[in-house]
Amino acid sequence: MDLATFLIQCLNALQYGLLLFLVASGLTLIFGIMGVINLAHGSFYMIGAYMAYALAPIVGSTFGGGFFATLGVGVVLAVLLGYVLEWAFFSFLYQREHLQQVLMTYGLILVFEELRSLLLGDDVHGVKPPDILAGTLPLGEMMTYPVYRLFISGVCLLLALGMYLVFTRTRLGMMIRAGSANREMVQSLGIDIKFLYRVVFAAGVAVAVVAGMVAAPVASVYPGMGNTVLIICFVVVVIGGIGSIRGALLASLVIGVVDTFGTVLLPQAAGVLVYVLMALILLWKPDGLFKAG
Amino acid sequence: MTLFRTTLVAAAIAGGAASPALAQTAPKLKVGLMLPATGTFAALGTAIEQGFRLYVAEQGGKLAGREIEFVKVDDESDPSKATDNVNKLIKRDNVDVLVGTVHSGVAMAMAKVAKETGTLLIVPNAGADAVTGPMCAPNIFRSSFSNWQPGYAMGEVMAKKGYKRVVTITWKYAAGDESVRGFKEAFEKGGGTVAKELSLPFPNVEFQALLTEIAAAKPDAVYTFFAGGGAVKFVKDYAAAGLKKSIPLYGAGFLTDGTLEAQGADADGLFTTLHYADSLGLPRDNAFRLAYAKSYKLQPDVYAVQGYDAAQMLATGLGAVKGDLSKKAEFAAAVEKARIDSPRGAFTISKSHNPVQDIYLRQVTGKENKLVGVASKSLADPGRGCRS
Repeated sequence: MDLATFLIQCLNALQYGLLLFLVASGLTLIFGIMGVINLAHGSFYMIGAYMAYALAPIVGSTFGGGFFATLGVGVVLAVLLGYVLEWAFFSFLYQREHLQQVLMTYGLILVFEELRSLLLGDDVHGVKPPDILAGTLPLGEMMTYPVYRLFISGVCLLLALGMYLVFTRTRLGMMIRAGSANREMVQSLGIDIKFLYRVVFAAGVAVAVVAGMVAAPVASVYPGMGNTVLIICFVVVVIGGIGSIRGALLASLVIGVVDTFGTVLLPQAAGVLVYVLMALILLWKPDGLFKAG
Repeated sequence: MTLFRTTLVAAAIAGGAASPALAQTAPKLKVGLMLPATGTFAALGTAIEQGFRLYVAEQGGKLAGREIEFVKVDDESDPSKATDNVNKLIKRDNVDVLVGTVHSGVAMAMAKVAKETGTLLIVPNAGADAVTGPMCAPNIFRSSFSNWQPGYAMGEVMAKKGYKRVVTITWKYAAGDESVRGFKEAFEKGGGTVAKELSLPFPNVEFQALLTEIAAAKPDAVYTFFAGGGAVKFVKDYAAAGLKKSIPLYGAGFLTDGTLEAQGADADGLFTTLHYADSLGLPRDNAFRLAYAKSYKLQPDVYAVQGYDAAQMLATGLGAVKGDLSKKAEFAAAVEKARIDSPRGAFTISKSHNPVQDIYLRQVTGKENKLVGVASKSLADPGRGCRS
């Protein structure tokens, strides 16, 4: 591997790592901070991708908007969806055992997949990136790099920074962190913890949906796409340390590097390298890289 | 009279054989359709079933005088449930014939049970080489293709085009490995070398690192096997990485089948090999496409053809044994001798029971896989490991 190729691979690794963080960030909120084992996270991501595909023509004809208008409508719908889901299902789960959380969120996967199949069919779809981001940059002598991938990395960095600041520097963040540590105590201090959690959950769903919408042009849109990202998302949250946004970002980047160079240098073992990494990190730090609190 | 008839029916059932004169009283032939009705491959399962039913309907609902009754099981493309599902059809529903399926892992489990129980099995899609290789049996047939076939045909095409150094890229799983192996065999026979065999774990779709490897290796061309969502993403990423204009991309037909709408302009001009193409122009194909479109209000695809031909193969064998499936050797001999008049072009069945068929070279133009020519005439899978 010459230097130019090596540098391009580093860029690939960084970009993939950031994409992973974007996809896993919603899970960081719901599983990491609220403590609900949410297997339906992949479904939220899938819903986002299908929204990017199916809403675009509708939004285009009503508001005359393009990709970013669709994104805006998607966020509103996602917050609503998250709010309703929390009210109807998840609010009953916080005090329950993990097994019940697993069962219910697994049930949601089946429901969402079937709904997707009924409403939008089982075909594979492509989503066009917005025109201003559709170009490519030259890279090395024969490759080009899609501008849209750089845009994704930018979105991801902004999201990471925003989440980090909200949770560590604001009063809202403090209340949420306190709520995850001791629910009753926070409630007795006069904070409406139920409402607070509903908002955080809605935010978690919205972030997952946005991730799906933003990733749709590079990931393409297909049945079962949520299940393919679900496991890697849990790996990100667990390696990073449950509840830590900093940890999740670092874990995503490390996984990006291991996966990229693993695929190139050790193709036979590429499928297991990430899990070996997880095992090693958990042996070294059983609580993940950064344990919250 | 009533008593007389009842006795005859009873005799026919007990004997398991119906003479042509008693065709009306022959028991129904139970066909067990084990196909995906849910999940990623649901659309493929539907196409196969519709193709199969179309042929049966064209024969008046009867094959060799026996009325056809369908029993259906959704295999969910889940290999872990496959053995249970097959056994349900064989033991609970007592089917005479098994037809299935799309997913190779599930088909392998079906072949295993069919081999043990001796139940007739016709595989209408799954391309795993082993089904007509080490797993082959007198009662196991395939109406589709082996993964080796399109790969081998493309190897011949690319060697003839004068490419010398080629890089292959696929998922690290049976279908991808088999396709690349077929390609490599023909390409190296034609004087080329495979410089690098790239792969990534199934069903990963993060291709960026491997695309960089391709750019660094600077081969004359790339051969690939991807299908479904992975095929869409690969074709788009390949174009976005700027490789499409400098390193031509070739693939097994699944790269551009059922995916063209999503791939858009990025797929334009790609060459692929498969045993079917859009606008073949054969009279048999035109008639089939018209009938299919009339019955189901949509255009058939390669999967519908494979389902249709599975029914044709069953009819051929049944006709030779006059509807008596217990004559397994005669059934197999008849199908092996037959010329199946398929919409894809007539084909015969090899000793290991895989179609000996023309593999077409197609090029993507305007959201269609247009026929360019025959890539490999009457190509037979070598049936390696088949001992029966």
